[in-house]
Formats: sequence, structure tokens, C-alpha cells
Amino acid sequence: MANSTTEKAKVASTDQVSLMSVLAPAVGWLIPGAGHMIQKRWIRGGLLFVSIVTMFLLGLAMQGRIYHPNGGDILDILGFIGDLGAGGLYIVTLAMDWGQGVIAYATADYGTKFMIVAGLLNFISVADAYHIAIGKKQ
Amino acid sequence: MTITLSHFSAAVVFALFASIVFGITHRESTRDMVRYGVYCFAMFLGGLWLAGWAMWLLKR
Repeated sequence: MANSTTEKAKVASTDQVSLMSVLAPAVGWLIPGAGHMIQKRWIRGGLLFVSIVTMFLLGLAMQGRIYHPNGGDILDILGFIGDLGAGGLYIVTLAMDWGQGVIAYATADYGTKFMIVAGLLNFISVADAYHIAIGKKQ
Repeated sequence: MTITLSHFSAAVVFALFASIVFGITHRESTRDMVRYGVYCFAMFLGGLWLAGWAMWLLKR
């Protein structure tokens, strides 16, 4: 009887880990840092949110260009993949039709790179949230 | 609203935010996170400084 209770507790715990191991990365992709926050890593999540969102918004403010899904030049494809990493920020930017500037001067080029790197940093953040969820990291 | 940053300013801002993310995601304890973040920031700025002088030499 005691064994049955222990086994049930283990199964419940395993289910929780499995759910969080899917939920944390998904939420973390959509909202930078949220994958950490739902696992009660508030400060880490907050810092990640501020860093990634600020970098993305600075990129937009510098008139950077957002990449749309494309099957063309390899650099355009890589740019799209980078931008996609920003998750909800990318979705909102596309929906609001922002980031359509022509890269006619240096600052706009920096802005484009800022947005791509913000996305790539969010990929790293998502991976970190996943590692916390599966217990590989504290 | 348009923001214009010089190349150096953009690089410093980039280094700051990238270092914060690297520090958080690559280390476990808070102390190690801060140390690694500062280390990354120093490396970014050092590389920026070196690259600047290397380009000056090339131009010369």
C-alpha cells in the first residue's frame, strides 16, 4: 500500500516534469524570460526579459529590417531564423508591419543585427529554461 | 521614434545585453553568473578595442 502511494507520487512528479519541460520552452520562446519565471526563477527571467526585449526594441528603433519567411538567399533565411527566435516580439512586429525599413545607412544595419541577435539569445534562453525544467540545472 | 547610435555605442550596448544573457544561461550559482557575465563583457570590449586598432593598422 505504501509502495502504491510512493509510485503514484513518482508518476505525478514525472508528469509534472514532462509538462514543464514542454511548457517552459514554449512560453519562453513566446515571451523572453517567461520560461524561467514560470519555474520561479524570477530575477533570471526578469533580466532575460529586459535584455532580449530591449535589444529587439532598440533594433526596431534603429530602423532595422525584419526578415519574412523566405526561400531565397541563405543569409535571408538565416536572418529569418534569427528573427523567429524572438517569438512573440517577431509575431507582433509582423502583425504591426514594423521593421520594413530599407537598410540605407549604418544604424539601420546595426538595428537589423540587433533584432537577429535578440532572437538568437532567446533561443539560448529557451534551452536554459528547458534544462531547468528537466532538472539538469538549478 | 528613431534612435541613432554610433558604431561604438551600438557595440557596447550589444555587449552588455549579450553578456547578461550569457552569464545567466551558462552558469549555475548567482556568483558565477555575475563573474561570467562580467568576463564576457570584458572580452567583448577587449575584442572591440583590438579590432578597432587592427582596422586602423590595415587602413594605414
